[in-house]
Amino acid sequence: MSVKVRIPSPLRSYTQGADVVEVPGNSVGEVLNALKEKAGGIETRLFKGPNQLNRFVNVYVNDEDIRFLKNLETPVKDGDEVSIVPAIAGGIGDVK
Amino acid sequence: MSYVVGLKCKECGNRAPVSPVHVCEACFGPYEVEYDYGAMKGKVTRESISAGPKSLWRYKDLLPVSEPKTGFNSGFTPLRKSQRLANELGCTDLWIKDDSCNYPTYSYKERVVSVAISKAIEFGFDTVGCASTGNLANSTAAHAAMAGLRCFVMIPHDLEQGKVLGSLIFGPTMVRIRGTYDDVNRLCTEIADKYGWAIVNVNLRPYYTEGAKTYGFEIAEQLGWRLPQHTVVPTAGGTILPKVYKAYREFIELGLVEDNHPKIYSAQAAGCDPVVKAIHKGIDIIEPQKPNTMAKSIAIGNPADGYYVWHAVKDSGGWGESASDREIVDAIKLLAKTEGIWTEPAGGTTLAVAIKLIQQGRIPRNESIVISITGNGLKTLEAVQGDLTYPEVIEAKLSEFDAMLHRQHGQQKPPIRAARPEVSVV
Repeated sequence: MSVKVRIPSPLRSYTQGADVVEVPGNSVGEVLNALKEKAGGIETRLFKGPNQLNRFVNVYVNDEDIRFLKNLETPVKDGDEVSIVPAIAGGIGDVK
Repeated sequence: MSYVVGLKCKECGNRAPVSPVHVCEACFGPYEVEYDYGAMKGKVTRESISAGPKSLWRYKDLLPVSEPKTGFNSGFTPLRKSQRLANELGCTDLWIKDDSCNYPTYSYKERVVSVAISKAIEFGFDTVGCASTGNLANSTAAHAAMAGLRCFVMIPHDLEQGKVLGSLIFGPTMVRIRGTYDDVNRLCTEIADKYGWAIVNVNLRPYYTEGAKTYGFEIAEQLGWRLPQHTVVPTAGGTILPKVYKAYREFIELGLVEDNHPKIYSAQAAGCDPVVKAIHKGIDIIEPQKPNTMAKSIAIGNPADGYYVWHAVKDSGGWGESASDREIVDAIKLLAKTEGIWTEPAGGTTLAVAIKLIQQGRIPRNESIVISITGNGLKTLEAVQGDLTYPEVIEAKLSEFDAMLHRQHGQQKPPIRAARPEVSVV
């Protein structure tokens, strides 16, 4: 199984500038974990714990948010496209 | 003078210089503009603000803009003391902050766009754009036209006609996208990434969101330099609520108002209420939804700032509620009939939720309450069309008018005009 993963620009420093990386895997979780073989260190940006994505990382399989599917358990097949998209938040900041 | 220090990641504290970036490279958290509040003390005062222009730029010292380029007539909208609606609800200190008349496209978005477009010009962009449920597209297109910038507005395919034409008239490139706002927003993230344009609510987001503070500043100043005890704010993407709270806290920090522990409440439509659900659950994980509500301008199932709305509400001691489509339309009509303000479904949602919170006893009737009206009903005719009866047509004859009055009032005596004073002929 080989899946295309689309990398957003803030993470391309881990992929030598590549915006698409092909990695093997049967589920979204496997695919994202396999990324670190080709893009060492990227896992620290994606995950805050084992099988727990960072709050500001959104992941899509063929344009559907994985939170509407089976999260990291979502199955993927040959030719599927996984996109990593940073959430866009504004925040409150510290007033002091 | 500018009091901006730079950008700081809200999550991990990573710092970056002022630039068109919105995502922290270290953790993907949001960048926030950092100010030197110490340097503002004694310089940013009630007097210095009062001496400013009657627009949102009177708060320029608290905004991340060196030189405003647009929005010179935006903001400083009325804060109205409600009489008839207050009586209806049994409230004694009820206020309406009315951005339905904000210039030039009649929504609160003028505030964020004025700041973002000024900043886009400062950064040297010649193309701006946005992902929008309508109001933001209207405002971005209008301000881009004024500033002479190329403009792309990206919207979901099924918006109200008023919102579509209300952008097209300003001559932007409009892209209608099959899907929900959340699909549009995601595409815009990728467009900003690929084309390097200034997408106001994506890569200019740290600056854009700061503009929303002016809504809160105005409430405080117009209330006579005091904070309302309760502020009800609609939640879509979640920009305005945390920024109203931030505005209150900044004024407290600068000693411009007393800290009366103002509570902030989130209003969402029942067909799209991911933040309210999380508030009710007491867990700050916002589960995304597929929106299904007539309140299209707030139909955002995956709110970018939902997490921060949750925390502003909890931190302030507020709460959140949602309103059904029926309740939203009833509230639109109630506001129109009691106050003469025609708002869009987002405003109806806010009022409907305020009524719920008052009925629940969460907001006491004798305390100060501000209802945030953020958009104009003339853009969303569809919302009330099926709910108002189109009148019959009569011939231009007094007998037909009499007959019509008789039909409407039945056997009851029709209202007769008051006696007119006699005209004396000298």
